[in-house]
Order: sequence, then structure tokens, then C-alpha cells
Amino acid sequence: MVKNKKTLIIIIAVLAALPLIFKSDSFHNIMVLLLIYATLGEAWNIITGFAGQISFGHAAFFGIGAYTSSVLFYRFDISPWVGMVLGGIFAAMVALIISYPTFRLKGSYFAIATLAVAEIIKQLFVSWKFVEGATGISLPIVDDSWLCMEFHTTKLPYIYIALGLFAIVIFVCNYIENSKTGFYLKAIRESHEVAESIGINTTNYKTLAMVISAFISAFAGSLYAQYVLYIDPFMIFTLDISIKIVLLTVLGGIGNIYGPLIGASILIPLSEITRVQLGGTGRGIDLMIFGLLVILVACYQPKGIIGLVNKVAKKFKKEGEGNVEANS
Amino acid sequence: MLKQILNIDNITMKFGSLVANENVSFTINENEIVSLIGPNGAGKTTLFNCITGYYQPFSGKVTYKDMDITGFTAYKICRLGITRTFQIVQTLKEMTVEENIMTGAFLNTKSRKEAEAITSEIMELTDLTKKKSILGGSLTIVDKKRVEIARSLATKPQILMLDECMAGLNQTEIKDVMNLCLKLKESGLSLLIVEHIMEAIMPISDNIVVLNAGKKIAEGVPSDIVNNDDVIKAYLGDKYHAKSQKS
Repeated sequence: MVKNKKTLIIIIAVLAALPLIFKSDSFHNIMVLLLIYATLGEAWNIITGFAGQISFGHAAFFGIGAYTSSVLFYRFDISPWVGMVLGGIFAAMVALIISYPTFRLKGSYFAIATLAVAEIIKQLFVSWKFVEGATGISLPIVDDSWLCMEFHTTKLPYIYIALGLFAIVIFVCNYIENSKTGFYLKAIRESHEVAESIGINTTNYKTLAMVISAFISAFAGSLYAQYVLYIDPFMIFTLDISIKIVLLTVLGGIGNIYGPLIGASILIPLSEITRVQLGGTGRGIDLMIFGLLVILVACYQPKGIIGLVNKVAKKFKKEGEGNVEANS
Repeated sequence: MLKQILNIDNITMKFGSLVANENVSFTINENEIVSLIGPNGAGKTTLFNCITGYYQPFSGKVTYKDMDITGFTAYKICRLGITRTFQIVQTLKEMTVEENIMTGAFLNTKSRKEAEAITSEIMELTDLTKKKSILGGSLTIVDKKRVEIARSLATKPQILMLDECMAGLNQTEIKDVMNLCLKLKESGLSLLIVEHIMEAIMPISDNIVVLNAGKKIAEGVPSDIVNNDDVIKAYLGDKYHAKSQKS
């Protein structure tokens, strides 16, 4: 655990230094999106990686976060920082309400239910006048200010807000993984029956995981809305986002706190670069390449890239030990 | 005077029209090993599931320390102090032996340190210390069974229920489990054991309950059970029962 903490601090320090070394706008843009997606991946990892309940509907929580902060800012001039926290609370409440009926379902049925719930929430927002329905919300443009979380001259503040959020989230995930809750969630993932037999209230723990996951996702959503300054239901509640979260975590390493970061640092640059280079004609190429990678991972290393890294590290370690023995 | 800890009163369990348990009653006293035996399909595991909350019994009552626990959910029953293992071993595959047992240990504590302390104590007791960093999925069948018992023990139960924990083990391994059972009894636990291996069960049991076709056909100390006509008939069939042929 202590070792993990050191690694995490190093990773965050490197991420903090990167935008100061590479100063191009497009690089900064990639960094912001990468960190937002990595945060979403971490959130998804709690419910699916740890607790084993596959969710295909995380765009719902992401969207609720984005909409809460945007509506509050747009309608009532309330700072997005407040909106962010409220968004998190709303998303957590929605997660709580959804969890009760859906956790009676198991396996793929639960996955289908999450997919449906996300779609229902999207339709609600499309026909909801108060949030401008399908037209979407253009956030009011103000001068650069930390209070309103809007910066037009430089992207650096966005990067550091996103990094701050990601850092908190990854430390929270690390803490959860090594705590009683983490052990209980993993036990539920491995076997429902066993979990019950050793005194775990499976429904409560799954709901807790879902609520934490939704809370974090909503924070990422608010930040995303403040970054792009325009949201509508079709871009926020889209299946595309739900699936991207799943894919990048699976590629990076499901159930591992480093997984989402690794996955995001492959998928996001890939999709941004292809988008910039190929424009509209290249739509979907990033996901095609990514799909191929995921198939390879699923076939050869189900634990993702992090699994591969661990395997190689182990091999080196063994060889190292062998050498020591040979020398002595 | 022995103090009664678990009382099973007229449990009946039906699956549709199939009666798996019919009016089964017996009691377990504190610090006692009770065995539940019977031919395949006698309803032993069903009864186990009824006691531990995996099934809701059709009728009857389970009383634990003067508290009616019939129909409680499985995790509540575990928290009260009754923990079970499974006939088909269920180790947590992606977790190491130590993590498997720690998951059980977390029932009584929130702190990781305390859970680790309980775990190392139990690994010592069950001879698993050397294997603590092996993944649950890559263990041999004996070790899986041992991990399962260890994980159950880590919840600090008052009654431990073992479902065929010796099936598929060799002689020395069975001896180990027998010794473990006796050690646990000494430390103050009560055990309810479902088992097919008579040579393992007879020497350690204080009381034996025999089920056949869902009904209790006999109950008593091991020496009585081996001479009970009904039990011999249930196992060998009427035709091959030496005594009934003579008569």
C-alpha cells in the first residue's frame, strides 16, 4: 500500500510536469480529455472492476453531473464548483434509486438494465424544456475566472483541475481497494454465495459501490461541461461515452487502479489525433483500432496491459533472482 | 448439563411437489460435534441451506440461542455466529489465500491490521501460512477446502457447518481435517458436519443424525448408529441387509 502511494505520487508529478514541457494547445486538449476519461474509468472500475457488476450506463451519471452544474450556472448564476458537488449528490441519489431494482438482476441482465436506464435518462433530457431539451445548453461566456471555471486564453487551469480531481479519485480508489469495502466488493465479484456466507450484505455493498462510482462520474461530467462550454443530450448521454469508459478500462486493466489511466492514455490521443488528421471522413477509425486492441487483450491477456506489465516484471525479477543465485 | 445452542424443529422443505426434508428435528449443544449422514439425495445439503438462510423452509423453526432465526438472510445468520462451507468448493479465485481469509476476518473488525492479525492466527491453525500468497484459483483441492474452512473460521463463528469437506481427500489429508475438527471443538466451537466418509465421522462425532429420503431415521451416539437396522437398510438396501435376510 505504501509502495502504491509512492508510485501514485510519481505518476501525478509526471502528469503535472507534462503540460509545462509540451506547450502545444492540442497536447493540452488531449491531456484534459485524457484525465477526464481516466477519472471516469476509475469510477467505472469501482462498480465493475471491484464489485463485478457490469455497467454500460455510466454516461447517465456523467450527464447528470454535466447538466446539474450547467443548468445551475446558466439559469441561476451559481458557480460550477457548487454545481459540481450538487451534481455528484444528484447522481449518487439517482444511482441509489436505480440500484434497488437493478441489483436484483444478475450478470448480463444487470448490464442490459444499466444500458436501458441510461437511454431513458437521455430521452427525459431530450424532452425536458427547463434544460433546453434537444437544443442543448450553451454556457454563458465570461472572462477567465476560477470562480466560474472558465478559461479562454490558456488550457492549463483545466488540466490542473482535471489532474486534481483525478489525483483525489485515484487515491480514494487505492484506499477503497485496500480497505474492508474493497475486500468485500472483490468477494462479491468472485462469488455471491460465498460473500453471503461470510456475512456480507451483498445488496448494500453493491449499492455503496454504485453510489461512489456515480458521485465521481458526475464530477468528471461537470468538468467536461465547463471545458467544452456546450452540452446537449445527444453528446452527453451517448452510448459512445459509456462504451469508451468500458473499453479503455478493459484495455488498461480491469480491477486495477492504474488500468484506466493506461487505457485513457492510449484511446484519447488516438481518437483526438485521428479526428484532427482525418476530420469527418475518419470517424470511428479510433474505435476500430481500439477494438482490435481490445480483442487482442481479451484473447491473450484478460487482465489488460497492466497484466502484461506485471507478467514481464515478474519474469525479470525471476531472472534477476536466478542471476543472484548463480553468482553466489 | 449440556447447553443447547441450535435447535432445529420440524423443518419441512418442498420443491414443488418434491419433499426434500420432512419434519426433521434435532439439537446441537455447545461444544459438540454433530454429524449429518445419509445416502445421496437424502436432503442433507437442503437442510444445510434451510438452516443457513439460503432457502426459506416451507415450515418449521430454527432457533439459535433462544432466538428464532427461521428465514433470516444468509449474511445475517453468519453475523449471529453460524458460518458454513460449500459442498462444491468456492474459493475466491482472483484473491490470494491470505486475502481469502482476510475477507472473512473483516466481519468483526474494520481495521486492516486486526484483520491481518486474525488471518495469520488462522493460517497458523490451518497450516496455510506457507501458501499465503498463492491465488485461490491455482490451489489443489485439499488446500481449497482448507482455505474455505479457514475463511469461515475467520468470521469467528460459534457454530461451524461443514458440507462434505473431506470428500475427495486422501487418508492423511482426512486425518488432518479430523484433527482440525477436534482442535476446533476444544477451542469451544460447535460443529455440524455433513459427510459420507464414515471412518472419519464416527471417531469424532458426539451425536449423529441420519437422514433418508428427507426424513430423520435415526439419531444417537456413533456406536448406536452403526448397529441401527434402519440405517443399515438405508445404506445397503433391504435386499442386502444381512439381518433381515436371516429373519
